[in-house]
Amino acid sequence: MSPLDRKLLRDLRRIWAQTLAIALVLGCGIMLLVAAQATQRTLIDSQAAYYERHAFADVFASVSRAPRAVVDEIAALDGVARADGRIGFHAVLDIAGMREPAMGRVVSLPRDIDAMLNRPLLRHGRLPDPEAADEVLVNEAFGRANELTPGARFDAIIGGQLRSLRVTGWALSPEFIYTVGPGNLMPDDRRYGIIWMSEPAAAAAQAMQGAVNEISLQLTPAADPRAVTDALDRLLARHGGTGAHGRDRQSSHAFLDGELQQLGALATYLPPVFLLVAAFLVNMVMTRLIALERTQIGLLKAVGYTTTEIAGHYLKLAALIGVVGAALGAGVGWLLTDAMLALYVEFFGFPFVIRDTGAGPMALGAALGMATAILGAARAIWAAVRLPPAEAMSPPAPPRFSRGRADRAIAWLRLRQTTMMILRSILRWPGRAAITLFGVAASVAVLVSSYFFFDALDVMTDTVFSQSNRQNLTLTLAEPAPARAVQDAQTLPGVMVAEGGFATPVRLTHGHRDRLTSLQGHFEDASLHRLIDDDGRAIALPPQGLVLPQMLADALGAAPGDRLAVELMAPPREVLTLPVVSVIPQGLGQEAHIAAPALFQAMRTEPRVSHIHLLADTDHAGALYAAVKRTPALAGLSDWTEVRRQYDETIAETLLTMVAIYTAIGVLITIGVIYNAARIQLSERAHELASLRVLGFSRREVSYVLVGEMMLLTAIAIPPGWVLGTWFAEGTAEALSTDMVMIPFAISRRTYAMAAVAVALAALGSVLIVRRRLDRIDLATALKARE
Amino acid sequence: MMWAGAPPSPPQLRQIKETIRRPATLRRMTHPDPAQSDRAAVFRAEGVTRVYRTGAVAVHALRGVDLRLDEAEMVVLLGASGSGKSTLMNILGALDPPTEGRVFFRDRDLTRASDRQLTAFRRDHVGFVFQFYNLVPSLTARENVALVTEIARDPMTPEEALARVNIDHRMDHFPAELSGGEQQRVAIARAIAKRPEVLLCDEPTGALDSTTGVQVLEALAQVNADLGTATVLITHNADIQRIADRVVVLADGRVVRDEVNTERIAPSEVSW
Repeated sequence: MSPLDRKLLRDLRRIWAQTLAIALVLGCGIMLLVAAQATQRTLIDSQAAYYERHAFADVFASVSRAPRAVVDEIAALDGVARADGRIGFHAVLDIAGMREPAMGRVVSLPRDIDAMLNRPLLRHGRLPDPEAADEVLVNEAFGRANELTPGARFDAIIGGQLRSLRVTGWALSPEFIYTVGPGNLMPDDRRYGIIWMSEPAAAAAQAMQGAVNEISLQLTPAADPRAVTDALDRLLARHGGTGAHGRDRQSSHAFLDGELQQLGALATYLPPVFLLVAAFLVNMVMTRLIALERTQIGLLKAVGYTTTEIAGHYLKLAALIGVVGAALGAGVGWLLTDAMLALYVEFFGFPFVIRDTGAGPMALGAALGMATAILGAARAIWAAVRLPPAEAMSPPAPPRFSRGRADRAIAWLRLRQTTMMILRSILRWPGRAAITLFGVAASVAVLVSSYFFFDALDVMTDTVFSQSNRQNLTLTLAEPAPARAVQDAQTLPGVMVAEGGFATPVRLTHGHRDRLTSLQGHFEDASLHRLIDDDGRAIALPPQGLVLPQMLADALGAAPGDRLAVELMAPPREVLTLPVVSVIPQGLGQEAHIAAPALFQAMRTEPRVSHIHLLADTDHAGALYAAVKRTPALAGLSDWTEVRRQYDETIAETLLTMVAIYTAIGVLITIGVIYNAARIQLSERAHELASLRVLGFSRREVSYVLVGEMMLLTAIAIPPGWVLGTWFAEGTAEALSTDMVMIPFAISRRTYAMAAVAVALAALGSVLIVRRRLDRIDLATALKARE
Repeated sequence: MMWAGAPPSPPQLRQIKETIRRPATLRRMTHPDPAQSDRAAVFRAEGVTRVYRTGAVAVHALRGVDLRLDEAEMVVLLGASGSGKSTLMNILGALDPPTEGRVFFRDRDLTRASDRQLTAFRRDHVGFVFQFYNLVPSLTARENVALVTEIARDPMTPEEALARVNIDHRMDHFPAELSGGEQQRVAIARAIAKRPEVLLCDEPTGALDSTTGVQVLEALAQVNADLGTATVLITHNADIQRIADRVVVLADGRVVRDEVNTERIAPSEVSW
């Protein structure tokens, strides 16, 4: 080993703590990159394979009833590779041992399962016997949650009758990777299940012999999806088609896609912040190290080492820091990928995983890590090796302070001299202060944009649970019913308030843009289910015209005053022309709204209801549930109390863990930056600080100079960090908002405060660790030596 | 008259001239004899030993040193490199604890004081002047002095301290803008601004040429005379000893000579 290499290893051992601090920041960026990318790739590959092996459809459509022959007509359409028809409906379920009712989505299963689209994968037990009308397959999560093992039975109201069904097995399906019941926010495997029933049994139950009401199809590779859906809509219009849509509006796929997009965003936005900070840190540390070794560099040159050899020596040191960071990041990233995959696979119930080797992201991470370290060091090295040997061997000129305008300003403040030392040091080395400021601000920003999710969740929950939906229970009727159904519901046990609601599928068209959505009619005196904007204000519906949420209005390019074509996709299937009267800021909703009387007037029908919202006395919940379990003609049921309870439970479980993880990642930058900056300060000023001790300053007073500078920089960096974080959060909210869910952009004071406190504590901790070295300075020797 | 009957020898002559030229305060302090001194002791060191251990090697820097320093006295500590003079000064200034023996500042036993008490001792009673000035580079001359006056109990103003050493015309300059001699005078101003009872100077002229060195010595002598500050001055320049009241010579960690200067010369007469 050459003497220079031996020196390299010893240098590395000497500055191990600083190396580690940089490597951690660098490693954190690489870890996020590797974990997010490898997880995303694995999930995308697994999803694609799952979709392909189980023939997941490309286009979906619902009709009220179409003869089976239509399926062949569809298959003959241009661009359609395969078409499939089936019977699907919702049913209220009564599971033994569960007080509240559950909901089931019933899907028919053809005789030849291998030929069907959206083919379920049998995981346990056997397929139902096509001849046995009571045999069903349930989705694995629902079966597991309710212990419905093969042979177990449960009750369901199907076709207006109470039926006892027998479970033959558990299945998974690419169509139901993420299963959320209608009107619910998150999966509830106990209260919402998928039920596969043989086609004859389903047809008999719904009186749909020889007919279908759900169509799915796969496209040929060259097909134009838009052209196919248009043709499909034209074909299905006479059968009560409610509008065909692609995978993007299929709820399971859309949610999974949102998750993958989120991972992509994580891999794109966060790592560069860490890499940039790491590059600055390498620069800061190398500059100091080289300054300390200035005479050695001169000596090496004097004895005949070439500039290239010396530059190579320091580049190797920087590269080693890069290697440590890359290795750390790739290793932990690999482990994190496994942990994340385990969570995702359990949450989504993937039947298999095609694990990405992670080689790509790791190679990218390693290359970025090395490049970061070397680029960071390049400037410092270049400046040092350029010096002629004689100049390098003489000590550097002392730092020059002069009276600039800023200096006169601070002198005018008449501060204590120790404070002056802090301020002058910042002014004298603005570059270094800027790096510290940038790092700390980035830390605050990462925390703000992470904690922001909790604020967004809070807004969503508040809107959904407290403001918009004050009912305990929402019943979704299978068919719209006359308004008197609300009075009937009023007589259910324990019901204090019953309120009707009406929603119908529509296609809104403005110019060349159109959108499939639901039009909600609001009754005048509604107090339970209300229209709420993002500021939590209840919106009073104008007597005429449409109210659109911002996102929908943007998608249609519509503004107040514009007239939209409103195509009713359910009877009476007319096209109305209605004006937009207002656009409201509302993140969660994608539906159009109108006053119910205006809607019924335009439709020329009697008032009807499709939903009934109930506010009930919880003491009578048992009796109410029992009554609902026996109510036919229900297509959906949302138990808001239960949803809320479960939601809070999930959030509480994950919140602490998430806060801890985000905080750890976020404050790592601060630790890296402050620790290194403080070490450099101490190394440069040891002499000066020892002088203060000799002059009779106490340890606390001397520490103030070191700690004060770091904490002042931290304090200055926090407000820009807030601004940066707000900006990050806004970008994240936009990047993660999809057609189906818009992440509300809202940041609470709590978030700003938490980010500031976490970063300030991390900074204080880091500088205090360095401060301990002050106690070890030997006053007598520190004063004797000149630098 | 001391030269009645015989003409005065050249050294005697020089001293006469010097005595006449000196200010009254300084004249009063000539010829002190520590043994018979009626002045109180500022420092008393008794059997001070300092051993530095590095691994298996033990270096005896001081081997049982006894020393007394009186109020207003100027003592030069002389000795070769490694003789222990800096160690002794560091121990007197509470920068380093002795391995054995005791050090009294007036009646207080410094060897039994806590870190906090030693800090307070340095803050209130001692001024240091070092070979390399040890000024804070980011503070101007005035601010370097203010650094001390802000924490001292009864300081003079920074302007007064700087005027005493004739550097007040440069007080808004940063150390890097001052010459070595000017920096050392700022350091002296900083050391005396708190009106210390003792001034400990470690090779204050070591880094200076003879002209600026003389200016610095004049400043020290002036302070000693005007403020009555007991002053310990380390040097290895034998000529400088002649400006002191007393000379203590160390060799190999021991006091080998401790004698009163019968003839003091003015700093301006020192040359090297």
